[in-house]
Amino acid sequence: MAEVAESSKPMFAGLSDVSISGDIPVEGEINVPVGTPSQDNEYSTLDEPVKDTILRDLKAVGKKFVHVMYPKKSSALLRDWDLWGPLLLCVTLALMLQGGSVDSKDDGGPQFAEVFVIIWFGSVIITLNSKLLGGTISFFQSLCVLGYCIMPLTVAMVVCRLVLLGGSGTVSFIVRLIVVTASFSWSTFASTAFLADSQPPNRKALVVYPVFLFYFVIGWMILTFSPSA
Amino acid sequence: MASSDGNKNTNTEPWGGFEDNIIQGTGSAVIDMENMDDTSGSSFEDMGEMHQRMKEEEEVAEEAEATEEETGEDGEFLGMKGIKGQLGRQVADEVWQAGKRQASKAFNLYANIDILRPYFDVEPMQVRNRLIESMIPVRMINFPQKIAGELYGPMMLVFTLVAILLHGMKTSGTVIREGTLMGTAIGTCFGYWLGVSSFIYFLAYLCNAQITMLQMLSLLGYGLFGHCVVLFVTYNVHFHSLFYILWLVVGGLSTLRMVAALISRTVGQTPRLIVCGTLAALHMLFLLYLHFAYHKIVEGILDTLEGPNMPPIQRVARDLPVVATAAMNAVNATVKTLGVILQSQ
Repeated sequence: MAEVAESSKPMFAGLSDVSISGDIPVEGEINVPVGTPSQDNEYSTLDEPVKDTILRDLKAVGKKFVHVMYPKKSSALLRDWDLWGPLLLCVTLALMLQGGSVDSKDDGGPQFAEVFVIIWFGSVIITLNSKLLGGTISFFQSLCVLGYCIMPLTVAMVVCRLVLLGGSGTVSFIVRLIVVTASFSWSTFASTAFLADSQPPNRKALVVYPVFLFYFVIGWMILTFSPSA
Repeated sequence: MASSDGNKNTNTEPWGGFEDNIIQGTGSAVIDMENMDDTSGSSFEDMGEMHQRMKEEEEVAEEAEATEEETGEDGEFLGMKGIKGQLGRQVADEVWQAGKRQASKAFNLYANIDILRPYFDVEPMQVRNRLIESMIPVRMINFPQKIAGELYGPMMLVFTLVAILLHGMKTSGTVIREGTLMGTAIGTCFGYWLGVSSFIYFLAYLCNAQITMLQMLSLLGYGLFGHCVVLFVTYNVHFHSLFYILWLVVGGLSTLRMVAALISRTVGQTPRLIVCGTLAALHMLFLLYLHFAYHKIVEGILDTLEGPNMPPIQRVARDLPVVATAAMNAVNATVKTLGVILQSQ
């Protein structure tokens, strides 16, 4: 290779005259570098202090919460999906829904495991349904969206608990009904804003109905929650 | 792989082997004594040292080869290296690749949800039309009726029924001792849909009816629409007579639709009777069961409202001397339920 280059340098002027015949062998060495740059990236996040990692993840989760509270058509929730937020919300909701039994021997309220299973299996079934109907969204992206959109219902649960502290009469029931209905429609609307884009346009209703049912069941569990005396 | 002196090292024997320019020859018959590995007459230590150096060179060569693309090394004789050598590594690699290919093939075959995709290919208009048609029996029984093989509508109806059952259980304060509310509701609804479908399909198979499993699932699933409507109304409006009217009318219509579809696909009086009689009985009894087993608020309200009007046995028990409380409670409970049933009718 070096010889060919050196011989072609003084021949710039007459380059058009040069024709390389086929039987001049070109020698050289080709080295394929083994992927060291990617290893450098891994090392850079592996070496950082734990506090940085946690704060970065928390910031990402917080940004997604903001996206849910003000649902616009943005793809940030779908692009960098994560399941931390849904897990946090699910655990909070399940803990707050516990202890709703009237009698300590009988179970009038949902157990922790029940709420957990409802939320996760419900999300899985809705995701499978939307995929079977021809959706372009991936499995975990859908889980992420459905989990984050439980946030208004969790807020409603907190509000209901506070209202129940003041007594459990008809007025408190009406207040709770309004709060839960509002948050349940907010959840459905927010998740539709993210999920409906991935569906063919004439089948949006088929995808929205299971989502509506899912949030309705969760909202119903919140509304009928009454703390033990 | 081309070294600067053009000497390709294919030596794999422990004793070094011959160099290539001796084996392949450069055209000269003269052996260059300088390049030859003169092992004849050397001492043992020299042999050992040479052996060690050869081994290290080979290990370096193997590592260098392992980082490059493996192109045409299958044809080379790799000698007796064992598991740790190049042969062993290649074999392990190929076993891993083959295993991965098998696993992904099996996964794609069985766990592929694309198998179910054609059954969910519906439009909202179609679902709405089918829901309405499930309440309208079709008179034509001489020619096989068309049954849509679709799973979206039935699945959504089963989940809606689960939600309605939950609502009914919550408002009635039903107490489930072994298990959870949600588990009971899901188990009941899905168990009915899948179990009764399979059972009727089995009967249809015995009686030579022309119906596939998918069509049976779809038919029974849409038949649950009537159940959903009846339960939704009667869990909120508590009149027993209203329930009985709705049970006969709405339940009857959806049962008639299913029965007509099955009759049109069965030949012979006795087979028709068996299949359709079983389906009608199970469908109507299921609605009855759902209403009474999951909805006890009516009885509860009646108990609390009619405080002074106690069941008769309790008044009698006060006059008796001390009796075993367990026996009294059991008798009390049975008479109470009998009294309530009499009151409701």
